[in-house]
Amino acid sequence: MMDLDQIEADLLKEVANINSIPDGAYNFRLNGKSIGRKSSNNIKVESRPSGDGLKITIAPKTISEVVHIPVIINASGYKETVYNDFYIGEDAEVTIVAGCGIYNCGTDDSIHDGIHRFYIGKNARIKYIEKHYGAGPSKGKILNPTTELFLEEGSYAELEMEQIKGVDSTVRTTKAELRQGSQILINEKLFTHGRQSATSKYEINLLEDNTSANIISRSVARDISRQQFESNIIGLAKCKGHSECDAILMDNGSVLALPALDARNLDAELIHEAAIGKIAGEQLTKLMTLGLSREQAESQIVNGFLK
Amino acid sequence: MLELKNIKYSIIDKKHKTDIIKDISLHIKPGELIVITGPNGSGKSTLAEIIAGIKKPSSGHIFFTSKSSKKQDITNLSITERARQGISYSFQQPVRFKGVTVRDLLQVALTSEEALVAIDDLAIAKLLKDVGLEPVEYLDREVDSSLSGGELKRIEIASVLARQAKLTVFDEPEAGIDIWSFDNLIKIFRKMRKDIKDSSIVVISHQRKIMEIADKIILIDNGKIAKTGPADKMLREIEGKNK
Repeated sequence: MMDLDQIEADLLKEVANINSIPDGAYNFRLNGKSIGRKSSNNIKVESRPSGDGLKITIAPKTISEVVHIPVIINASGYKETVYNDFYIGEDAEVTIVAGCGIYNCGTDDSIHDGIHRFYIGKNARIKYIEKHYGAGPSKGKILNPTTELFLEEGSYAELEMEQIKGVDSTVRTTKAELRQGSQILINEKLFTHGRQSATSKYEINLLEDNTSANIISRSVARDISRQQFESNIIGLAKCKGHSECDAILMDNGSVLALPALDARNLDAELIHEAAIGKIAGEQLTKLMTLGLSREQAESQIVNGFLK
Repeated sequence: MLELKNIKYSIIDKKHKTDIIKDISLHIKPGELIVITGPNGSGKSTLAEIIAGIKKPSSGHIFFTSKSSKKQDITNLSITERARQGISYSFQQPVRFKGVTVRDLLQVALTSEEALVAIDDLAIAKLLKDVGLEPVEYLDREVDSSLSGGELKRIEIASVLARQAKLTVFDEPEAGIDIWSFDNLIKIFRKMRKDIKDSSIVVISHQRKIMEIADKIILIDNGKIAKTGPADKMLREIEGKNK
């Protein structure tokens, strides 16, 4: 393993679920510097010519490979904007594990703005996992990720976006453009507490026939945290779009859901579901009849909901 | 086992007081399966909820001989405390949970407070088989609207059986299930009756086939016990009256 201290190793474990150097291609970024990088036969990891991020090229027909590109910041006051571009060859099938962990014990804000662009070739399939995590006493742990996806004919993208703890402020923006027969599935899990604020914005353009999009967002807002969910599915062809925003309120948490559907074709079928509310009383009652205390029942429900 | 003494329950709505349970006293012995029946709105479900601690009676007392075999007044105990003392309750409408799997729910049900041991899939699988569900198909399913009414009901019953409680209360187990699931339900109740030992079962029900399994039937009408007696005698009387 690269030379990491305990805090750095913990952050890495949280965001990328790794304890050691993973198999396959990777790049580890610590306070703005690459501290470990490896390409594989099929996956090339290199710096962008402008030096402000990575260019990752995945060869056509690459099967079942994983690339890890976690980012760790533990220098208080460190601010960065990083551009990572992914070029995924036709018929490839890969998993990309990103994520950012910030430890801030100082007085200045630490900010990571990551802009990820995915160019997904014909019939390629990707799974993109992005976890965000913050730790340390400072209130300035800020993450603003932007994800842009361009899906070619017959391709498929599955996104798992998770922010469970410790990030004070986040604005997450996800945009996608889908060509003929391509599909996107987005699973978002969000937990905010304290004075945190989190905004998720989605704009999905279903440009051509037989495209489909499914956005599933589950979130819990505790204490006095504030969340905003904005989604817009734009149907410009024969397509199917579905978004679902489920939020649990606890304490004085608040959630604003602004779902939008924009159907511009007679054959566009778009659906939205949204539900915000406290934990259902009968769910607590059921678990209490099984011997759990009210607090145990609450955490069982929340953990299951965000699993 | 369980003793209700002069239980009354009223609700006040817009300053208007309605008596749901007027004055009910009853005694349930170890090894007994009792069916409480009666017209809709007679207070049966409320009585079940009062036993489980979901509703607090306006007046009266509940005594229970718990796991520690000492008779105690449980009127002011919470739902959790009663569950831990050995009272189990089966919902008429099973509760749905987003994200909680069948495995999660049954794991909670099987975990005893004294011994926090990891529950293996084998014990959970056995429970599912007992209610006629194939474990591999259900363990990882979420307990939500993707399950049918009959499936949810069986999982609800499995979660209650898992408790191996001294007293189990079922609130209309037949509600919301189809005829095919119903036959299976009767089988489950027959088996429970056979394995009852020194525990007790109270079933709120309208179904003859469930009443037939009972030792005793209590007829509740208008918030009071109208009649009580051995199952066969009570069945003859109830049916005679309806002829």
